[in-house]
Amino acid sequence: MQIEKNAMAGTLESSDAMVTVEPAETGIELEISSSVMNQYGRQIKATVLETLERLEVTSGKVTVVDKGALDCTLKARVECAVFRSCEKSAAGIPWGGVIK
Amino acid sequence: MKNAVGREIPDFLLEGGKEVYQGKNYMDGKYVQKATPKTRRYEKPQESKIVETIKDALIACGARDGMTFSFHHHLREGDFVVNMVMKAAIEELGLKDLTIAASSLGAAHDLIADYIEEGKVIGIQTSGIRGRMGQVVSEGKLKTTAIIRSHGGRPRAIEAGEVHIDIAFVGAPTSDCVGNSRGIGGKSNCGSLGYAMTDAKFADHVVVITDCLVDFPNMPASVEAIDVDAVVVVDSIGNPKKIASAAARISQNPRDLMMAENVAKVIASTPYFRDGFSFQTGVGGPSLAANLFLEKYMDERGIKMGWAIGGICKPMVELLKKGKIGKVIDVQDFDLDAVNSINQTPNHFEMSASQYANPANKGAFVNKLDFVVLAALEIDTGFNVNVLTGSDGVLRGAPGGHPDTAAGSKVCIIVTPLVRGRMATVCEKVVTVTTPGDCVDVLVTDYGIAVNPLRPDLIKCLDDAGIEHVSIESLKEKAYSIVGRPDDVQFEDKVVAILEARDGTILDVIRQIKPYTL
Repeated sequence: MQIEKNAMAGTLESSDAMVTVEPAETGIELEISSSVMNQYGRQIKATVLETLERLEVTSGKVTVVDKGALDCTLKARVECAVFRSCEKSAAGIPWGGVIK
Repeated sequence: MKNAVGREIPDFLLEGGKEVYQGKNYMDGKYVQKATPKTRRYEKPQESKIVETIKDALIACGARDGMTFSFHHHLREGDFVVNMVMKAAIEELGLKDLTIAASSLGAAHDLIADYIEEGKVIGIQTSGIRGRMGQVVSEGKLKTTAIIRSHGGRPRAIEAGEVHIDIAFVGAPTSDCVGNSRGIGGKSNCGSLGYAMTDAKFADHVVVITDCLVDFPNMPASVEAIDVDAVVVVDSIGNPKKIASAAARISQNPRDLMMAENVAKVIASTPYFRDGFSFQTGVGGPSLAANLFLEKYMDERGIKMGWAIGGICKPMVELLKKGKIGKVIDVQDFDLDAVNSINQTPNHFEMSASQYANPANKGAFVNKLDFVVLAALEIDTGFNVNVLTGSDGVLRGAPGGHPDTAAGSKVCIIVTPLVRGRMATVCEKVVTVTTPGDCVDVLVTDYGIAVNPLRPDLIKCLDDAGIEHVSIESLKEKAYSIVGRPDDVQFEDKVVAILEARDGTILDVIRQIKPYTL
């Protein structure tokens, strides 16, 4: 999947994360801030990168403002933001399999 | 050197005879030489001790560089006194190298963070440290090592002369012209003045700061004129809205209520739950709600509570008024119901912090406690509790009376949800040990109950009552299965604060935070 335009998913509520994606020329540029950075920063980064990889996103600027979201929430927010960025969120969502 | 809770205490902190934590009751039976203050004689009768300004009071007490000023925290997040005094000392008199020895400090004292950064305040001794002050101390900006003590450890240290107070400042809701002070009767009422009492007896000088001058004699006085050098009348000692909250409402959160019910069940399963039992609870959601369920069990068994202590709030006062508690003895008040009840409702008494929790006196109230119900930021598989440092390692809490009541009580119950957001409350190793595991008996979470293996008697009580319980390790694993296994918080080497056990030994150290990079 390719990030075609700016898109966002999630909220700044506690236990959620707000994920913003923007198109970029090459590579993934990832920016993370988190209320649980010291203990989970590494895992948040790994989860986000893994999810992008599964979605076959190879370029884009991704910003995560995490408020203590669980891994499942992070994955869902990243997925949704990417879908929205390429108009996939209305129809044709590849349910069941892309996000593990 | 490693201490009894497995924490590595750097040797340089042990110079001068300081010891590492050795386990509970280690100091039992030892003798202590109490310190005595050097106080001024006021032989010539004085009509009044009122001086115009805080600056005048500071001058009258011989304030100079390097002194230690003490404060109480009864005005809580509404307090104006600490900032007023420090501002006068630093900005009007140009003093520096000052140490603040307070019973607790909070976000109301953010201003002090500036004085720490400027090097005007070089020492902090307190129970609570939060807000910007917690941040700058954690960043290593305080010139000396901060000392964190429990509410019982503080009067112990003052009496032993480990902290010598040059001037004690007592924010008083009412005072007369010679310094007889009370926590009620004015416009910024806080109820008990228990944390100020030891300060007033052991400080070289005592200054009362009030916003409500009343006729002499202001009786019964919490801080007595015989200990007071000067009285200052100011416009306001604090914001009443933040001093005493409106009555804390009992939680309606079903998770809190479920945990509270289980706390009451555990209590009722023990032999200590009998007519005349004693009790203390914190004011957190589930701890407070435990009162409600406990009352049901008391009614069922036809028994009454003999006495309750602690920070007092509405549910306790209501039980007292209903005749279900014999006596309430009060070191601090959290809401207006408690403020308006102390020394007014029959059998609602005031006590000093030493009387409440000091491990070095001849028998504090906590020593006679049957049950205490407390919260935790974190609890590890050794039952060690952290209520001081956040998951980022920054100082943002207070041991308060937690370690004192846990050590003194027959049954100490920690009640906390298993996870908060992504934080595992039950974990492998707490960031900072504020209450040692050998003082903690039962853990009640929303995912199960665990009993400290050090208490086979309580395990039997729960088994006999048919209360299910699991190992604390399994609760930790459950927590990690939800939120993931956390990485260890990284610190620099520099020790920014010592966490003193209530007996004066070193329980843990807090190190400078390390900026996190991915």
